[in-house]
Amino acid sequence: MGDPTLGCYDLSRLLPLGPAKPGLRRNVGITLARTEPIKVSLFATCIIDQLFPQVGASVVRVLRRMGVDVDFPPDQTCCGQPLYNAGFTRQARQLAQRVFSSFAESSYVVVPSGSCAAMMRVFYLDLFAGDQQNYARAQALSDKVYEFSEFLVRVLEVRDLGAVYSGTAAYHPSCHLLREVGEREAPELLLGQVADLNLVDLPQAESCCGFGGSFSVKYPHISEGMGADKADNVLATGAETLISCDMGCLMQIGGTLSRRGSDIKVRHLAQVLDGETR
Amino acid sequence: MPRVTTQNFFPASVLAVQNAQLQEALRRAGSGFDGARREAIEEVGQGSWDKWREEARQIKVHTLEHLDYYLELLAENVERAGGHVHFAKDAAQANAIVAELATSRRVKVAVKSKSMVSEELNLNEVLEENGVDVYETDLGEYIIQLAGETPSHLVAPALHKTKEEVAQLLHQKLGVPLTDDIEAMARVARDVLRDKFFQADLGISGANFLVAETGTLVIITNEGNGRLCTSAPPIHIGITGMEKVIPSLQDLAVFLRLLPRSATGQPLTSYVSMVSGPRRDGDEDGPEEFHLVLVDNGRSRLLADPDLRESLNCIRCGACLNICPVYQKVGGHAYGWVYPGPIGAVISPTLVGLKQAKDLPFASSLCGACREVCPVKINIPRMLLHQRHLLSESPDPAERSVTLSESLLARLFTIVMSKPTLLAAARKLVRLLARPWARNGTVRRAPLPPASRWTHQRDLPALPTRSFRDLWKQDLASSDRVTDGRDSDSGVSPTGSSEDPSPNRSEDG
Ligand code: SF4
Repeated sequence: MGDPTLGCYDLSRLLPLGPAKPGLRRNVGITLARTEPIKVSLFATCIIDQLFPQVGASVVRVLRRMGVDVDFPPDQTCCGQPLYNAGFTRQARQLAQRVFSSFAESSYVVVPSGSCAAMMRVFYLDLFAGDQQNYARAQALSDKVYEFSEFLVRVLEVRDLGAVYSGTAAYHPSCHLLREVGEREAPELLLGQVADLNLVDLPQAESCCGFGGSFSVKYPHISEGMGADKADNVLATGAETLISCDMGCLMQIGGTLSRRGSDIKVRHLAQVLDGETR
Repeated sequence: MPRVTTQNFFPASVLAVQNAQLQEALRRAGSGFDGARREAIEEVGQGSWDKWREEARQIKVHTLEHLDYYLELLAENVERAGGHVHFAKDAAQANAIVAELATSRRVKVAVKSKSMVSEELNLNEVLEENGVDVYETDLGEYIIQLAGETPSHLVAPALHKTKEEVAQLLHQKLGVPLTDDIEAMARVARDVLRDKFFQADLGISGANFLVAETGTLVIITNEGNGRLCTSAPPIHIGITGMEKVIPSLQDLAVFLRLLPRSATGQPLTSYVSMVSGPRRDGDEDGPEEFHLVLVDNGRSRLLADPDLRESLNCIRCGACLNICPVYQKVGGHAYGWVYPGPIGAVISPTLVGLKQAKDLPFASSLCGACREVCPVKINIPRMLLHQRHLLSESPDPAERSVTLSESLLARLFTIVMSKPTLLAAARKLVRLLARPWARNGTVRRAPLPPASRWTHQRDLPALPTRSFRDLWKQDLASSDRVTDGRDSDSGVSPTGSSEDPSPNRSEDG
């Protein structure tokens, strides 16, 4: 992959783009400079598909703004993580194999969830450890799976998307993004460039929100307690918005906050980056 | 095996979260240990820390792969130093060995330094039955012995007690005045125990490490009680799990760096005692007899399972308990056996029987914090997943323990998720059925589990009119209509959907 910033400064000499918006101009540069745009297949995740479609729309818009060619393989459903986490590996394998087929042709698979990305990149390999043929398919998929923020920073190598979001916000890093995907910096690098955004530190940011998929209903009393601690920490920041890269976490924290009558907004990173541009 | 209540994790955890006093104790202990651990690591630098962890992990993996060899080497060297080695295949055997040693030598009083393995065996009770008065000499262990309880933490056995409770306990049991001065309480205990050390006919200790090359038992403590237990009484019995062996003193170095820092944040504990055999001619003190009891008690089952083997790497530092959000909510006793927290959830099921502990592997959000802090890099989440798999679909039906509704649900889920058209149909149906409970895009009280188990304290988003795939088909599929999704779905904000004001406050304002 070439340097996506290449050509943009040349371009600015050629085109009357005006001096004020470096972030946005660079992005326009990418679009125009690329002869062949990067092709990305979106894995929407069940939660976004079923409950938060607007997040998926933001992901698509942000990627397209970066000149990326986005498609949505219509055959996709669930990555199988709920089954895998419950110990039903046989059925999880069944769904994993569907994912292999749905994304067989894709060159990049972008997943707007640290957790589902972890499933597809890391856990599929475990799931097929004893099955050579499928392991190879799992490996091929694993190599092209990127979590959304990771894709922007590591593949497109952009940080400034020219987004504007006014207000104070805190960022909750999801456990699987941190510890399975291993992405600590990307979301904060991206948020650091959002104009008018005042990003404040979340105390105990790296402790789990208590969602944990079926854990949240299997052990509701423990999950609620963890959610309550997280909500307390969010409230302590005084932030108006809580941002994360996993809608599972945001459903948990948002649901806890809203039950308490708090009007803190929860947003997927993509929604913030999809805000008005400068 | 006595006192196993692992099967009651669920109800015990419900009681635990409602127990205000326990919650207060957990809150106070809270991030203290973990904060100290972080600072200690910062001091040495993450780079060196990770190098040490990797080194330690490799030493453990190597030793466990050649456990038979190292155990033999250890036994040889203990015997060469004048000690005796006993192998016990289970708790009954281990207890019988110790009881036999105690009765044949007419032991009346025994002092003990902290040993989780003796808790695992329920050794105190067995000794008492054989007419031996047993005194725990670790302060925390002494407190729970007075209270007639079991440890709730690997390093701080009385962590579940607030200092006010401890004061009450000492007041009731020993008749000392109430105080809130921790130092004063420790003094009381020390005064009682001092005499016991010199009355004792037998000292029992655990071991943090066993050095094969030299036949050395290594104990690290902060109170010095370990040293007294192993040197003052005429007999010393060291009792520990067979996985504690490491090859050489050189290997010990890295563990001495890792363990105290991980446990309490100390660069070194106050005492590191190394015991190689009984007193020799010319030694000023030390026992006349030294016995080492090496306990299997299910460990060979962990060793035999390649998916669980690395759980034997554990050096019982407790770091995974201190970071675990589940342990921090329910405390140690809910886990129902000596080993609580993430590592307990992994090893207890194998040691006491998977079916007997089937809730434990599920008592985790799989956040992975335990793996991240573990000084020997044990991948705990991966092992929990393995046990979940055994419970759901083990080839051995005796291990399987899945309810009919769970397996039906899994099957139904798989079917629905195998076809987008079925998914769309299921979505329609759920939307229809859920309509009466949805208000402003939010369900505040769902009528049926599992949703009702969510809505007890959390709002649940209702299904919006359109799924993402609908949105895609209608608005987003062609890239020149890139803005359409936004225009039709949320006129004002880029975030919420105008058709369904967003469920979890995703709607602006
Ligand atoms: S599993 Fe790791 S972190 Fe937990 S007690 Fe054992 S060594 Fe310490």
